[in-house]
Amino acid sequence: MSGLLVVGSSQAGVSLATSLRALGHEGPITLLGDERHRPYQRPALSKEWLQGTVTSESLLFRSDSYWPEHGIDLVKGERVIRVDKADDGSGVAHSMSGAQFAFDRLALAVGARPRRLVMEGTDLPGVLYLRNADDALELKARLPDVRDVVVIGGGFIGIEAAASLTTLGRSVTLVEAAPRLVARAVGEQTSAHLLEHHRSTGIEVLLGTSVRRITARSDHVGGVELADGRVLPADLVLVGVGVVPNTGLAESIGLNCADGVLVDETAVASDGHTMAIGDCANQPNPMPGAPPGDRVRFESVNNAIEQAKVAAYAITGRREEYAGIPWFWSNQGAVKLQIAGLSTGHDRTLVRRDAGKGKQSVLYYRGERLLAADCINSPLDFLAVKAALSKGLAIPFVAAADPAVQLKAVTQPAPVPVGTAR
Amino acid sequence: MPTITYTDADGQTRDVQATPGDSVMETAVRNGVPGIVAECGGSLSCATCHVFVDEEDLATLPPVSDMEDEMLYGTAVDREDTSRLSCQIRVVDGQDLHVTTPATQV
Ligand SMILES: Cc1cc2nc3c(=O)[nH]c(=O)nc-3n(C[C@H](O)[C@H](O)[C@H](O)COP(=O)(O)OP(=O)(O)OC[C@H]3O[C@@H](n4cnc5c(N)ncnc54)[C@H](O)[C@@H]3O)c2cc1C
Ligand code: FES
Repeated sequence: MSGLLVVGSSQAGVSLATSLRALGHEGPITLLGDERHRPYQRPALSKEWLQGTVTSESLLFRSDSYWPEHGIDLVKGERVIRVDKADDGSGVAHSMSGAQFAFDRLALAVGARPRRLVMEGTDLPGVLYLRNADDALELKARLPDVRDVVVIGGGFIGIEAAASLTTLGRSVTLVEAAPRLVARAVGEQTSAHLLEHHRSTGIEVLLGTSVRRITARSDHVGGVELADGRVLPADLVLVGVGVVPNTGLAESIGLNCADGVLVDETAVASDGHTMAIGDCANQPNPMPGAPPGDRVRFESVNNAIEQAKVAAYAITGRREEYAGIPWFWSNQGAVKLQIAGLSTGHDRTLVRRDAGKGKQSVLYYRGERLLAADCINSPLDFLAVKAALSKGLAIPFVAAADPAVQLKAVTQPAPVPVGTAR
Repeated sequence: MPTITYTDADGQTRDVQATPGDSVMETAVRNGVPGIVAECGGSLSCATCHVFVDEEDLATLPPVSDMEDEMLYGTAVDREDTSRLSCQIRVVDGQDLHVTTPATQV
């Protein structure tokens, strides 16, 4: 009678508990997390919430009454440090405070933590990371005393925060070691568009630049010293150099891990019982036509929701394989970037541009097959590509090349593959 | 407190007391009203919070922004004249609203 224990009460954990109830599952559910806050959504922490255009209350996933009304036991502020698990998947989780939580089945939704910079000065007050509400609260609390900000890392979080802080009137320099922005997640044309836009708003972006150390002014951060010896003044340094999946608990109970907890198409880990979902899980690549054996770990709201749904089905005894088309958004000041699909393995790209409106979409193809699109201020293109990919429809390269044409209007049934001919 | 009436595609209705300032999407999602997915949490990025607003209420709402208008062309169920994205409709004191959710959002 101990039911399901979900460890981690953020996007993935909340989605699992609420999906189970939506599916009519009646077994006991404990949704446990180590944060002191009621479960909240993270994306706005670097964007609207940081800019002050939405309230903290609006970040909450559910009203306070939702949890008891739906029989979900919500536990805050408990960090699981050890799990005893039997061969049938049941067991007991022990928290740092000494509390015990028995379970018939365990779901790990423990997410990821920021990758730490290892260099002199990173422990100075004013050197911050941005992953959770406490990080965001500290960032906001420090802002009144801050004029110069250095952001280390040109990934999504770094750029979003840089854009928000610029909106708030701070002077922002963004330092990125790679030769372009968000190199891991978008193509060159998208990086170039983002660079041009953010420079035009006054963010100083230094590409191909590495940081040597963080310097102090009295006992607080004072600057960032670059590899060439130049020192950028900084009242605040925000580090956004990626995240590392939390696999410690999984490893301690013998689950196979490699850049995340290894799970199958139904979110089940290597012991055949425990589930892992969200940023902590590494799963078979769900894209249609992906190379067999290829695996991916996503860091996105969409994935946390989709994988939680698949896990909810598995718990209710119905096998539903992960089939959604991965998608992502990133609002960066006046730029709305939306990505559908995975561009890995593309051999040609097509750019649709309406420069006057700041719109640009890049479509990624392998032969005639559309794989993905990065869309900037072009929600119509994004939604058309996402719909086509989800329904297995085609958007022919030649037709899409005309920027005046709506992608939805040229979407058509995929050609029946004849041998290997295109 | 304003009341929002959500009717699903099968005609089942639910009344929810809303806090002024919250969106029609937030009011539904936080209280477990099905039919609105809202993957992006209201940041106008997903178009999975589509609703049809009752004709009489529609005229009282602030106009559709360009971005919302574009997004509405990509909803899972085709837009109609009364379509809105519910994350963009703020509840105002003293104003009840009636919306119908489409058969699917994805
Ligand atoms: C600032 C920011 C902006 C973002 N913007 C976007 C965006 O625009 N679009 C998008 O798609 N995605 C965005 N993301 C990513 C998205 O928020 C994550 O992909 C999502 O939160 C993953 O959910 P999760 O539940 O898997 O993991 P997490 O959100 O990391 O949650 C894991 C939870 O588990 C808790 N936990 C960990 N270990 C334990 C333990 N041992 N015991 C108890 N609790 C534990 C953690 O404290 C945390 O609360 C953003 C993320 C951040 C930080
Ligand atoms: S909630 Fe995503 S567009 Fe409304």
